[in-house]
Amino acid sequence: MTDEDSAFAALGMLGDPLRRRLYRYVAAAPAEVGRDAAAEEAGISRSLAAFHLDKLVEAGLLATSFRRLSGRTGPGAGRPAKLYRRADGEHAASVPPRSYDAVGRLLARVVEDGGLDRALQAAAKAEGAEHPDAAAGDLVEVLRARGYEPFQDGETLRLNNCPFHGLAEEFPALICGMNLALIEGLATGQWSPTMDPQPGGCCVSLRRDGVRDASRDDRRDSKNKKD
Amino acid sequence: MPKTGFHLAQVNVGRIVAPIDSPELAGFVEQLPEINELADRSPGFVWRMVDDEGQDATGLRPDGHDDLFLINCSVWESVEALRAFTYETGHLRVLSRRREWFTRMVEPHQALWWVPAGHLPSVAEALERVQLVRDQGPGPEAFTFRSPHPAPDEAAAPPAAPEAPDGLRTPSRD
Repeated sequence: MTDEDSAFAALGMLGDPLRRRLYRYVAAAPAEVGRDAAAEEAGISRSLAAFHLDKLVEAGLLATSFRRLSGRTGPGAGRPAKLYRRADGEHAASVPPRSYDAVGRLLARVVEDGGLDRALQAAAKAEGAEHPDAAAGDLVEVLRARGYEPFQDGETLRLNNCPFHGLAEEFPALICGMNLALIEGLATGQWSPTMDPQPGGCCVSLRRDGVRDASRDDRRDSKNKKD
Repeated sequence: MPKTGFHLAQVNVGRIVAPIDSPELAGFVEQLPEINELADRSPGFVWRMVDDEGQDATGLRPDGHDDLFLINCSVWESVEALRAFTYETGHLRVLSRRREWFTRMVEPHQALWWVPAGHLPSVAEALERVQLVRDQGPGPEAFTFRSPHPAPDEAAAPPAAPEAPDGLRTPSRD
């Protein structure tokens, strides 16, 4: 099987809408997901969810681990639960064949070697600022549509996925700086993005302006919103 | 990671765009205490080079003729520890703004190399390693994140168990 064949085989698993829904739920979840939670999300039985989740594991799209969810150990603690998370590998296929990633890598090298970080950041920020939905205030949906997999962590909005992962690994300063600028452009007054790298996720997190502490979400603080 | 009898030394040199006490560099200078403190308490941190004032290395001028030429040198327990600090902490915030404060250098400007645990590199030693990368490309005596080399005792150890190459290690199952 060629690389292209295996990519189509893996992606073909997602043709089934139910399986796709389970995949998206597990992939976007900030923590590992058990069979019960996945079944509930998809509105199906636990055994059917288990069947489809294990098909996704076979295809290399999900990975598993075993852990006791109760936190108890020793006799009587019960069997460890099978937990699912997004697998590390990437699967891409295009018809007709396209190689935008190869071009992206080449361009990144030239921008890096040319020391053009600030030109890239300015362009990224401008592109973000031009996005009509973000300007309308729907930042979380815009980030979701761009593959960042946003999730709320207290008052902080974190991003579970880096859409530029491969390039960010190879050119971290350049690509993460570009990504922060892009999100700064997308974020309107309500949100403040900051560089806050998380293992496996995006380097940026966002906080709502005017919220200083999750335990003191006091409306009186909103008087400082305009600064 | 198993601890070895060797530590990883790191050096990078850079030319600032204006004097260290100029307004152009203020954004860099004001973040230094926080970033250095972050390094000091990062897992696997061993040592970092400081000038006579003892806070950071911005007082060192390894090229006596060039007042804009700075050096940054530190020692870590492993490549992974240094990589985690460099790219997975608030240090990335400063790194992504490097072109506001540092001129892009055409020649290689950094080097990694293994030192016996306890050895603290000198400025001259660190500059030699940068020069090695410039003259010969990355090798066991001076390498880069992109082409790392194992510590001498790891390389010499008999292959007790098959080990996946970097990046393919599976998480431990404990």
